[in-house]
Amino acid sequence: MIAETGLAALWLAAGLAALQFVLMVSALRNGIDFGRPMRAIAIVQGALTLISFAMLLWVFARTDLSVALVFENSHSAKPMIYKIAGAWGNHEGSMLLWVTVLAFAGAVFAVLSRRTSERTLLAALGAQAALALGFYAFLLVASNPFARLNPPAFEGRGLNPLLQDPGLAFHPPTLYLGYVGLSVAFSLAFGALLTGEVDSRLARAMRPWVLGAWILLTLGITAGSYWAYYELGWGGWWFWDPVENASLMPWLAATALLHSINVLAARGALKAWTMMLAVIAFSMSMVGTFLVRSGVLTSVHAFAIDPERGTFLLALLGIYVGAAFTLFAVRGASLKEGAPFELVSRETGLVINNLLLSVILGIVFLGTLYPLFVEAVSGEKLSVGAPYFNSVAGPLALLLAVLVGVGPLLSWRRERRPVFKLLTVPVLLGATALLVTYILAPGIGILPRLGLTVAAYLAAASILPLVGRNPLRTPLATWGMVLAHCGIAVALAGMAANAAFTSERLAVAKPGETLGVGPWLVQFEGVTPVAGKNWTAIQGELQATRGSGAVPLKPQTRYFTDPPTETNEAAIETFWNGQLYTVVGKPDGAGGWQLRLWWKPFVTLIWLGGVLVALGGAVALVGRLWRLRRRRREPDWRERYA
Amino acid sequence: MTRLGRFAPLIGLGIFLIAVIWRLATPMDTNVSSKLRNQPVPAFVLPAMVTGKPALAAADLASGQPHLVNVFASWCVPCITEVGVLGQLKAHGVAIDGIAVRDRPEDVADFLKQNGDPYERIGSDPRSQVQIALGSSGVPESFVVDGKGVIRYQHIGAIKASDVGLILQKLEQAK
Repeated sequence: MIAETGLAALWLAAGLAALQFVLMVSALRNGIDFGRPMRAIAIVQGALTLISFAMLLWVFARTDLSVALVFENSHSAKPMIYKIAGAWGNHEGSMLLWVTVLAFAGAVFAVLSRRTSERTLLAALGAQAALALGFYAFLLVASNPFARLNPPAFEGRGLNPLLQDPGLAFHPPTLYLGYVGLSVAFSLAFGALLTGEVDSRLARAMRPWVLGAWILLTLGITAGSYWAYYELGWGGWWFWDPVENASLMPWLAATALLHSINVLAARGALKAWTMMLAVIAFSMSMVGTFLVRSGVLTSVHAFAIDPERGTFLLALLGIYVGAAFTLFAVRGASLKEGAPFELVSRETGLVINNLLLSVILGIVFLGTLYPLFVEAVSGEKLSVGAPYFNSVAGPLALLLAVLVGVGPLLSWRRERRPVFKLLTVPVLLGATALLVTYILAPGIGILPRLGLTVAAYLAAASILPLVGRNPLRTPLATWGMVLAHCGIAVALAGMAANAAFTSERLAVAKPGETLGVGPWLVQFEGVTPVAGKNWTAIQGELQATRGSGAVPLKPQTRYFTDPPTETNEAAIETFWNGQLYTVVGKPDGAGGWQLRLWWKPFVTLIWLGGVLVALGGAVALVGRLWRLRRRRREPDWRERYA
Repeated sequence: MTRLGRFAPLIGLGIFLIAVIWRLATPMDTNVSSKLRNQPVPAFVLPAMVTGKPALAAADLASGQPHLVNVFASWCVPCITEVGVLGQLKAHGVAIDGIAVRDRPEDVADFLKQNGDPYERIGSDPRSQVQIALGSSGVPESFVVDGKGVIRYQHIGAIKASDVGLILQKLEQAK
C-alpha cells in the first residue's frame, strides 16, 4: 500500500500542476485574478510530492522487495543510512527527489513571495507548474519509482559500493536542491518576460532564490570534489570529467547571475542580460542532469544510463529552454535599460565579472561537448582533458580573481575617490609571494606560481571593503561578500600549493620496506585481511614518520559481494600543513604490493575555501532575508485577500 | 540589444540539440584509435631504462622491419600478464621494443627478471612525454610500427593470449 500511496500522490500532484498552468494562462489572457487558488494549488502540490517522496524513503527503509526499485538498488545487509540514501542513489529515485524539490520550491515561493507584482507572480507560478508537469510526466511515463515486482524477490541487488559513502549519500541531494532552486529564478524570469515587468522589484524577489541555490551548488561541488578525492584513490580533486563539469556550469552561470542581479536590484540596469542569465542558469542545470542521465558523454560516473530516458529529458530541455529563449528573443527588444553608468564604476566591475564568468562557462561548455561536436561533424574521436581546461580557463580565472579584489571597492555609477591606492598593501603582498616562490621554489609551473601570487593578494584585498567601517553597522550582505571573496583566495592558495608542491610516489613494496615521499618516510609493515558488514578488505599497514613519532595509516582495497565490486579506500592523514594520502593496490605476485603515496601540502585549503564561499553566501542570505522582513513595501497578499 | 544578440541563445540551443540528437541516434563506438594512425612515429630519443639493454629512439623503429612498441610499467599489474604473451610473440619472431613509463631502473630490472624479458630495446619515459606524444593514455598499450616508422595499429590495454593472432596479422600487413 505504501508504494501505491506514493504513486497516487504523484498522479494527484501532476493533475494539480496541470490545473495550475491552465489557471495561469487564463489569468493572463482574461485578466482574472486566480492568485488565491493558484497559491493554494502550489502548496498542496508541494505537500503531495513530499508525501510521495516520504513513501519512497519508507519502502527503502523497510527494504520492501516487492518494489522493483528497492530490489535493484538495495540489500537487507546494508547499513540503514545507505538503505535510505539508496532511495535517491538511482535514476527513478533521484528524479522523484528532483520533482519533489521543484514542487516544494514552488510551494515555498507561493507562500513567501510578495515582492513582485501579482501578475508576474502568477505568471511565474504558472511557469513553475509547467516545469513540474514535464517532470511528472517523465516519472509517471518513463521512470515510475513505485513499480511493483511480481513475485517479490528474496534479496536485493545491492547498491553501487562507490555510493556507500556518507559524502555521496548527501552530495546529490545538495546539488539537486541547488539545481532546482534555480528553477524559481527561471520561472520568475519567464513570468517577468511574459508580463514585461523586468525591474528592481523582480530582482529583489529573485535574489534570495539565486543566493540559496548558489550556496547549495557551492557546497555540493565542494563535497563532490572531496568525495572524488578520497574515494576514487587517484589523489586528484578535480578531473574535468563531464559530470563534474555538469555541476560546474550551473554554478558559473549562477555566480554570474548573483552578481548581475545586484545591478538590476540597485540600479535597474542589465535587464536583458540578467533575464538571460536566469534562463541559462537553470538551463545548465537541465543540461547537467541530461548529460549525467543520458550517457551521451563517456564519464567515470557510470550511472544507470538509458538512451530512451535521455530522449525524454532532452525533449523537456528543448521545450522549456526553447520556450524561454524564444520569449527572450521576442521580448528582449522591449526591455528598457536603466540608469547609465561611467567607465570606472561598480556597474562596469560587475559587467566585467559577468563577461569573464560567461567566457569561462563557454569554455567549459565547449570543452565538455567538443568531442561530441567534432565526432558529429567529422567522425573523428577525441577527448578534451585537463590540459585544455587548465590552460584556457585557468588564466581567465586568475584574472577574475585579481578583479575580485578591485570590484567591491568601486561605488555605483561613477568612482571619483582614489580607491586604487587602497590596493597597495595587497599588491605588495602578492609581489612578496611571487618573490618568495621564485627564491624557494624556482622550478614550479607558471600557473601555480601565479595562483599563489594572486591568492596572497586577494586574501588581503578581499577584506578591504571592511576597512574603515564600523563592523556592527556594516550590512550582513557585505560581510558575506567579504567572506566569500576571502574563501576564493583560500581555495586558490590550496589549488596552487597542491599543483606546485605535491610529491608522489608509486612503488611496489615488500613488507618491511620504507619509502620516502615529500618530508615523510613511510614504512610498509604488511597487509591484513579485515571485514565489514557487506565487504571484506585487504588492509595495508603503514607507519609514517617525519622526525619523531609515527602515524599509522591503514588504506584498504575493499571487495563488495553484492554486486561484486572492488573499491580503494585511501587512508588520509590531515596535518595543519597538508595531507598524507596513501592507497594500497594489487599484489605483484612475488610478495610485493602496489603502494601509491602522496604528500599534498595545503590541499585542504581547497575545500576549506569552498566552505568559506558557501558560508559567505549564507551570511549574505540571512542579511538579505532580514532586511526583506523589516522593509516590506509591497502589500502582503494575505492582507489583500483578508 | 541587437536582433542577433536576442536570437543567439536560441541558435546555440539549436546546435546543441542537433549534436545531442545525433549522438542519441548513432550508437557510440567506444574504440578509440590513435590520431597518429598512418602517421610517422613522432621524433623522440629516450635513454636506456636498464643497463645492458639498448636505448630507444624513433630512428630505431624505421629499420625496414615492422616493430611492436609496447608502452608498459613495472607498477602496472596488467603488464605482468601481458609480458608473458609478448614472450609468445617474440617466439614468432616479432621485434618488440618497450617504453617504460614513470619507472625506475631497479624496478624494471626486477620486473623483467621475474616475468621474462621479450624486449630488444627499452627506453625510459619518466614523465610520460613520449607516451602522450604517441597518443597513448594508459599502460599497457602497444603500437604496430611498419618498417618506415609509420604507426599502423594501436592496441589499447593488455595484449591477451587471444590477441596474438590479431597482432601477428597486423604485423604481417605492416610489412
